[in-house]
Amino acid sequence: MTATDIATTVRTCLREVAPEADLDALPADADLREELFLDSLDFLRLVELLSERTGHRIDEEDYPHLESVNSTVAFLSRVG
Amino acid sequence: MGWEPIRKSAAERAAANLADYAQTRRDFTWEQARGWLSGLPEGAGLNIGYEAVDRHAVGERRDVVALRFLGRGDAVTEVTYGELARRTNRFANLLDSLGVRSGGRVFSLLGREPALYVTALGTLKHTSVFSPLFSAFGPQPVRERLVRGDAQVLVTTPGLYRSRVAPIRDDLPQLRHVLVTGDDPPPAGTISLDAALAGVEDTFTVPPTDPEQMALLHFTSGTTGKPKGAVHVHEAVVAHHASARFALDLRESDVFWCTADPGWVTGTSYGIIAPLTVGATMIVDPGEFDARRWYANLAEQRVTVWYTAPTALRMLMRYGDDLPARYDLSALRYIASVGEPLNAEAVVWGQRALGQPIHDNWWQTETGSIMISNYAGMDLRPGAMGTPVPGVEAGLLQRDADGRLRMDDGVPRTVDEPDVEGELALRPGWPSMFRGYLHDEARYAACFAGDWYRTGDLARRDVDGYYWFIGRADDVITSAGHLIGPFEVESLLMEHPAVAEAGVIGKPDPVAGEVVKAFISLRDGYEATDDLRLELLGFGRRRLGSVAPKEVAFDQQLPHTRSGKVMRRLLKARELGLPEGDLSTLEPSA
Repeated sequence: MTATDIATTVRTCLREVAPEADLDALPADADLREELFLDSLDFLRLVELLSERTGHRIDEEDYPHLESVNSTVAFLSRVG
Repeated sequence: MGWEPIRKSAAERAAANLADYAQTRRDFTWEQARGWLSGLPEGAGLNIGYEAVDRHAVGERRDVVALRFLGRGDAVTEVTYGELARRTNRFANLLDSLGVRSGGRVFSLLGREPALYVTALGTLKHTSVFSPLFSAFGPQPVRERLVRGDAQVLVTTPGLYRSRVAPIRDDLPQLRHVLVTGDDPPPAGTISLDAALAGVEDTFTVPPTDPEQMALLHFTSGTTGKPKGAVHVHEAVVAHHASARFALDLRESDVFWCTADPGWVTGTSYGIIAPLTVGATMIVDPGEFDARRWYANLAEQRVTVWYTAPTALRMLMRYGDDLPARYDLSALRYIASVGEPLNAEAVVWGQRALGQPIHDNWWQTETGSIMISNYAGMDLRPGAMGTPVPGVEAGLLQRDADGRLRMDDGVPRTVDEPDVEGELALRPGWPSMFRGYLHDEARYAACFAGDWYRTGDLARRDVDGYYWFIGRADDVITSAGHLIGPFEVESLLMEHPAVAEAGVIGKPDPVAGEVVKAFISLRDGYEATDDLRLELLGFGRRRLGSVAPKEVAFDQQLPHTRSGKVMRRLLKARELGLPEGDLSTLEPSA
């Protein structure tokens, strides 16, 4: 997957978890949990979707990388 | 059950606050526990705020840290009992200056931040009524509760005000004052809390307080109808205090951490009141769950007693045993859990990975304090709720096949044999028993059968008197320890133009216990597309916040009872792939 593909996938997964959010207006470095009001269950769902759609295993250890759109894309590009 | 009891040594028993359960249960009286508190000077009654703050502030504990706020990074702010007394004095004076009278309703919509504690305790000292709201609620549940609770004052953050309150402010004519935290200029129609506090005196004398005076209003959810405001009185503090000593083994030398959100009853009874009445030091972390941060808090803050929830524990378990091993948890001497039944695996995991077993306990918004618990000085049965707290009488009521109580001349029949399921019931009389649902006599009356308060939970009792949770007797959903009323969620979904009808259930979830799932039938002209599914999920989240459905499924054939209600029980049975049970009340198929 290219970085652009990954970015698209991240946004698709975010839309699934927080469909009410205006993702176009979401700054790429904004804190996802805060800006999108994700609770712990939403966050776990996001992890599950990202893992499913990118084929990468995401461990609990990796959660700190999933802070913003940018850091998530960077992390998934790195492990890819 | 397959799980060995966790035995407590003679030394552990002797060291516990509740060292001899059987004897204490026999001898203990609530009168006695009242004597553990100070009471207002000159016999002027009993006030929760005074017991939590002022009695320490006028004595030797005035310079002890009451609250230790952990900031975003490493920043720590400490507030002593003396300082907390001055800040809450200011808040009480501020209520006076705003013209709020005794009994006026003061709501908070705040996270775990200093203003929350000042608001709660200042309101109680003022003899107004404190009602906390969950800050993850959307505008709809916020409005519902502010209206039903006759809110006069609301304390919140500018951000929450803009997103949750401003859109509904016009529907709240009774809400006279909104106080907002922070240093920025307050949004239009609000007052800066800090500026207002700076303008009033920091001395205040708690007025005479009748122990039966209303102090707290906690909203909870039932199967049907709107949220219910459970009324608690100042006398409740006797049970807050005694139960913290018995069930949390709490002492004044403890560093205590309660992870509950302040918007729910645990966050008030044990996240604000009880530990302060004991004179302990409380840790306050504003953040949400974060495994590393939580372990670091336990280690660095030298937390001795920790009160948390099954969902959080199960999330920690996912990180494995190596992570906690990297932290020094040697200060931790007691762990308790509440919110939903704690599975035996988690109890035993605590012993292995954290060095302490986890003591489950059980209570409800209506009971105000812990009713059934495992104890530091008693053998622990993994998976059991525990045994009744001294001063509390519990029982099980027999139910027939339709779930109705078996009654003889108005007296419910009790289950007397071991290991037989019944509805868990309590004999009213403990101090923190709710005194009513605000503006809702009928639903209050419906909670009682003969001399028993019906909890709505099903349980069994083993031969040694330990209670074991079985399930809810109704359709109320418990997700991450939060009680969610399906009716509130269904009503909101039906406001969407595409929705003809909705049935909402709790779908079992390995982490949260249950998650909210909605089954929706669509109006003519709407198609069951993925876009519509996402739109409905988003609609729920925007309006309800975190009590919104996490899953939406379309179903044009929702099952109904003969009286035309959606049969949630059947939806749930289908979801679980279970036999669908007695369908005699189902409408005949077309």
